[in-house]
Amino acid sequence: MAKVVAVTGNEAVAEALRQVNPDVSSAYPITPATDIMQRFTSFVSNGKVKTEMILVESEHSAMSGCIGASAAGGRVMTATSSQGLALMWEELFIASGTRLPIVMALVNRALSAPLNIHGDHSDGMGARDCGWIQLWSENAQEAYDNTIQAFRIAEHLDIRLPAMVCLDGFIISHSIERIEYMEDDKVQNFVGEFKNLNPLLDLDHPVSYGPLILPDYYMEYRRAHAEVMSKVPNIVLDVASEFEKISGRKYGLFEAYRLEDAEIGIVILNSAAGTTKDVIDLFREKGIKAGLLKPRLYRPFPYEEIGNALKHLKAVCVLDRADAFGGSYGPLFIDIAASLYPHKNGPVLFNKIYGLGGRDYLPEHAELVLNELAEVAKTGKVKTIKEYIAVRE
Amino acid sequence: MATTPLTLKELSKKEGLLTSGHRMCAGCGAPIVVKMVLLAAEGPIVAANATGCLEVSTCISDYTAWKIPWIHNAFENAAATLSGVETMYRSLKKQGKISKDIKFIAFGGDGGTYDIGFQSLSGAMERGHDMLYICYDNGAYMNTGIQRSSATPFGADTTTCPAGSVIPGKTQQRKNLTKIMAAHDIPYAAQASPSHWMDLVKKVKKALSIEGPKFMNILSPCNRGWRSRTDDAITLSRLGVETCYWPLYEIENGVTKVTFKPKEKKPLVDFLKPQGRFKHLFAPENEWMLKKFQEAVDKEWESLLKASGNEQP
Repeated sequence: MAKVVAVTGNEAVAEALRQVNPDVSSAYPITPATDIMQRFTSFVSNGKVKTEMILVESEHSAMSGCIGASAAGGRVMTATSSQGLALMWEELFIASGTRLPIVMALVNRALSAPLNIHGDHSDGMGARDCGWIQLWSENAQEAYDNTIQAFRIAEHLDIRLPAMVCLDGFIISHSIERIEYMEDDKVQNFVGEFKNLNPLLDLDHPVSYGPLILPDYYMEYRRAHAEVMSKVPNIVLDVASEFEKISGRKYGLFEAYRLEDAEIGIVILNSAAGTTKDVIDLFREKGIKAGLLKPRLYRPFPYEEIGNALKHLKAVCVLDRADAFGGSYGPLFIDIAASLYPHKNGPVLFNKIYGLGGRDYLPEHAELVLNELAEVAKTGKVKTIKEYIAVRE
Repeated sequence: MATTPLTLKELSKKEGLLTSGHRMCAGCGAPIVVKMVLLAAEGPIVAANATGCLEVSTCISDYTAWKIPWIHNAFENAAATLSGVETMYRSLKKQGKISKDIKFIAFGGDGGTYDIGFQSLSGAMERGHDMLYICYDNGAYMNTGIQRSSATPFGADTTTCPAGSVIPGKTQQRKNLTKIMAAHDIPYAAQASPSHWMDLVKKVKKALSIEGPKFMNILSPCNRGWRSRTDDAITLSRLGVETCYWPLYEIENGVTKVTFKPKEKKPLVDFLKPQGRFKHLFAPENEWMLKKFQEAVDKEWESLLKASGNEQP
């Protein structure tokens, strides 16, 4: 029987990792992800997992150790946040370019300067083009479920790419929620035995990892990486449908909430989607046809599917919990705009930047945006395409 | 497993694990060092390599000169990468998925070891991974075109500390990395030179027989950076040893032992003179530099002799 518990997001991720029981983990503490590895190392110290830990001296070495361990041949995971992910930056590309199926929990946190330990999406957005798969999670249940599914997706023999599971720092990582844990054997059967592909430790078939590749072939390798990224969405859907059978919980590439007959819509990632859905219900009660789209698979971004899901709306506001400085709009907005580009009569779009460095996102903010959307839907005119909300000007 | 007797005749019968046909420069010391290290090892080896000359010249897709499993990750993290490999090995061995005993060796140049890779190396040694880290020290960032490193000797002319009319080359002494690694209280740290092959091979054998983290610093002449003749690699490394610029010693469980004492300690200029990178030191106005360099070499040699209970009369 599944067990209903009241736990934090970090606790839920740590529990998923215990159940998956990887061969090696290489990690370095950073707020707010620290708690995941603290909990996990207590499983190691108490013999609850077979995992060998490498307690490294930096995040750069954490990911370097993961790369070495994964290339050696086995299941590998880690967790980080913010500056830690930034310090890993070089290694993120090497992990994906080497096609190593490492799974990492990214507890989203603002980037310095100024130093701030609270939740926003600057870290994950900064790493959106590094060739990793990104699954984003609204709450502790989704973080738990995504962690388990991430191993299956990353290790799929048609994919073999690293995957990060994103959850909001403090808002989810440190808040207690009701969630359902699956039985250990169910999780283990679902994830299955790790399948090796050219392991470095195979002495009978010595391989060289990490060659120098010059202009004669480098581009073909990058092309192959792009090609394999394009296969990810279908695998994500297959894994989700298998997961539904054992958990009863349904996942897709994104969540569409009251979107089918909607005229106005909000696109938003992670925890703020929960607050927004409540406010959308209130607007629906008033007879306003509002809906929401919450991307789950953010990289690779399912442009076609998301474009089709939004094209019938009159107005859409994209809420970004990160800014892309110098790029005019927030990163999520840019992707949504690109997904609607083929649809000539698509919705009018505008962009709000919210919640940076842990600034609260409140129901009244969603209300403000929905009122503006209703107005824009009526007039077809946007006053300001992008603005910061809940900020001192 | 039968061990190969320590004679050149017997060692030469062993299969070379770094093939010929790699693209290192003619006269480079690094492949000689690697071949000697691999000849010394018995049983399966898995190697990691920091970005550098050795790495870019031995594995250019779709070719590899390595007959053993080999991994290159980046510049600063050969030790952390090999930590991952070694840890996966321990995990799989514990689970009964691997039965063979494997030795792990990391290779890095002085840039990837003394400088950018120092943190990763220090961390791996402190954590106690069962690996031998080999630094092939050619005294500069040779791969990117002879830039100064913290291993660059005092006075040397490099492309980032060029000997000019105001600044006469590198104005600092080298970092003493071998001692710093020994200060990690690892079971074995040593210095070797390809000119003294028997000493080198013995040290590698000893290192690999010890469980835990080991470090060896091996002098590796680079004719491009040293501005020397392509056939002088061994002569120059011998002069490095005989002038005590590059003393041969080991520190095993904290006990220092000088493993080679030249019958007659040669003046440092014998090592410097054949190298174009020190040419400017022989100008009359730079005489003070030769003196200062000689003093630093003398001081280290005396302190080593003292530490090994081997003081000269």
